[in-house]
Amino acid sequence: MLGQKERHIKKRMEGRVIINRLMMVLFGVATAIGLIFLVLLFYRVLTQGIGYLNWDYLSNFPAPYPEEAGIYAGLIGSIMLMVIVAIFSVMVGVGSAIYLEEYAPKNRMTEFIRINIQNLAGVPSIVFGLLGLTFFVYLFSFGYTLIAGGLTMALLILPVIIVAAQEAVRSVPAEMKEASYGMGATKWQTISRVILPAAVPGILTGTIIALSRAIGETAPLIIVGAAAAIYTLPESLLAKYTVMPIQIYNWTSRPAEEWQFVAGAGIIVLLVVLLLMNSIAVWIRNKYQHRL
Amino acid sequence: MDKSLQSEGKSFNVQQMIESNKKKTSIGEKIERIIPTLLFLCAAVSVVTTVGILFTFLRESIGFFSDVSIIDFYTGSQWSPWSGEFGVAPLIGGTLLITLIATIVAVPLGLMSAIFLSEYASDKARRVIKPVLEVLAGIPTVVYGYFALTFVTPMFQFFLPDLGIFNALSGGFVVGIMILPMVASLSEDAMNSVPNALREAAYGLGSTKLEVVVKVVLPAAFSGIVASIVLAISRAIGETMIVTIAAGATPNLTLNPTESIQTMTAFIVQAATGDTSFGSTIYYSLYAVGMTLFVFTLVMNLIAQYISRKFREEY
Repeated sequence: MLGQKERHIKKRMEGRVIINRLMMVLFGVATAIGLIFLVLLFYRVLTQGIGYLNWDYLSNFPAPYPEEAGIYAGLIGSIMLMVIVAIFSVMVGVGSAIYLEEYAPKNRMTEFIRINIQNLAGVPSIVFGLLGLTFFVYLFSFGYTLIAGGLTMALLILPVIIVAAQEAVRSVPAEMKEASYGMGATKWQTISRVILPAAVPGILTGTIIALSRAIGETAPLIIVGAAAAIYTLPESLLAKYTVMPIQIYNWTSRPAEEWQFVAGAGIIVLLVVLLLMNSIAVWIRNKYQHRL
Repeated sequence: MDKSLQSEGKSFNVQQMIESNKKKTSIGEKIERIIPTLLFLCAAVSVVTTVGILFTFLRESIGFFSDVSIIDFYTGSQWSPWSGEFGVAPLIGGTLLITLIATIVAVPLGLMSAIFLSEYASDKARRVIKPVLEVLAGIPTVVYGYFALTFVTPMFQFFLPDLGIFNALSGGFVVGIMILPMVASLSEDAMNSVPNALREAAYGLGSTKLEVVVKVVLPAAFSGIVASIVLAISRAIGETMIVTIAAGATPNLTLNPTESIQTMTAFIVQAATGDTSFGSTIYYSLYAVGMTLFVFTLVMNLIAQYISRKFREEY
């Protein structure tokens, strides 16, 4: 026979178990909401844009009529911009990472550089746009050109590349370094012939992920003057240019409904490029993950 | 004897070899000495960038504050730069309204997702769901803006027929969806690093899973969770394209989410795309607004770093 107290406890326990179960469902639903919006977003973009996506769209310049408008200038512009960004940010980023991991003395200066990089990663992208506007567009008088946009974006993703490269350099086993020193190699010989080759997959993966962030960035490029109406491809670093996100933004902000479809098609192209870049990054990571 | 004669015949001796080797090492030594300096210069670029940002803001803002008094800028409540009214309050208000809506969306959903992934979901489910959720963080913001304008606003208009095309509600909501994976992923990391011994001790005392989560895991992961929320808020404050596309361009000091507003970031885009001539007051106002934005996000980032450093639980 159960006493009053036991019955009370049993009842409370049932309640606790039921609440546990209810909350589990609630947590599951919350997780599903995020995923549902992801699916909705893809579904919306696909259904809106697919009708305008064809070869003409990929090979046409911007045009005043939705049926004739194309993403060609944006696509090529984005690729050219990314090449500039990659060259600059990888050189400086990998250099910084090697300095911080292998050469930097443990002092206040090093600590300051480290904290500074961490803080730069949290600066809104539009602030980099203002930096680029003052320095690259006006002070260096590049104007609204490819090189001004490229340098601005390179500075924007530099913190991401430094952190990725640092991790890649750090994950090279100490035995390999010591073996190299043991053979009489100097510090730079060890870095250039042992550490860097071993760190290349990690650096590449980090770089591609950083570039895939840069290729979707719009705000800083609006500030440093990427143009919307471009009817030729940039012929030099000092030429006017456009990129895919700028075209998409421009089309999205037009009132007529057809332009939403044109923008949707542009988004599909942008997302496919992003997907390709991320797949390559994942492929590199998986291929070289367990080599060391 | 023969050997040395041969060598002399080719005018080739050991001393010369040593000399030439010495020269080689001296080149090597030079490289060895130059490289650290070169690499230091690379690392200095990031410091120069920060200095550049500060220099940009100080120089151009001084230009602005010689036209408009700093007191009027921060206390005025009217922002209409094209008719000479520079009170930044409506822009700050717009930014905070968007941030508030985004936080209301992202924090509960993000935390609940994190709890589900870290405590309830199987290992296999987590390894699938977490990366998929993180895809949300990799989608370009211009795409979110498009989604907010062409899908979320019409969806809200179904429930709120009076809702205008540009409104803070759908802008803020979509910013919330954008920062959701940041809250979820970073909080999940924090919860995951709570040692299992703590959980098992609580189970041993007869707790249900929920009680373990609420009374053990959440308190133990508290600093990481708060840091993730602060970082996400900082992202929301600096978010540009979603609010530019979907939230409107009407500086408006309001708490009503159905109205069209303008954030600090959206004004910067508007002024930069319009025909703003170099050196005009509006041109300089870009930097005064940008500096205010920068200070907001910097303070948030410093708070996040302080929290995760100061209150980090070491296990």
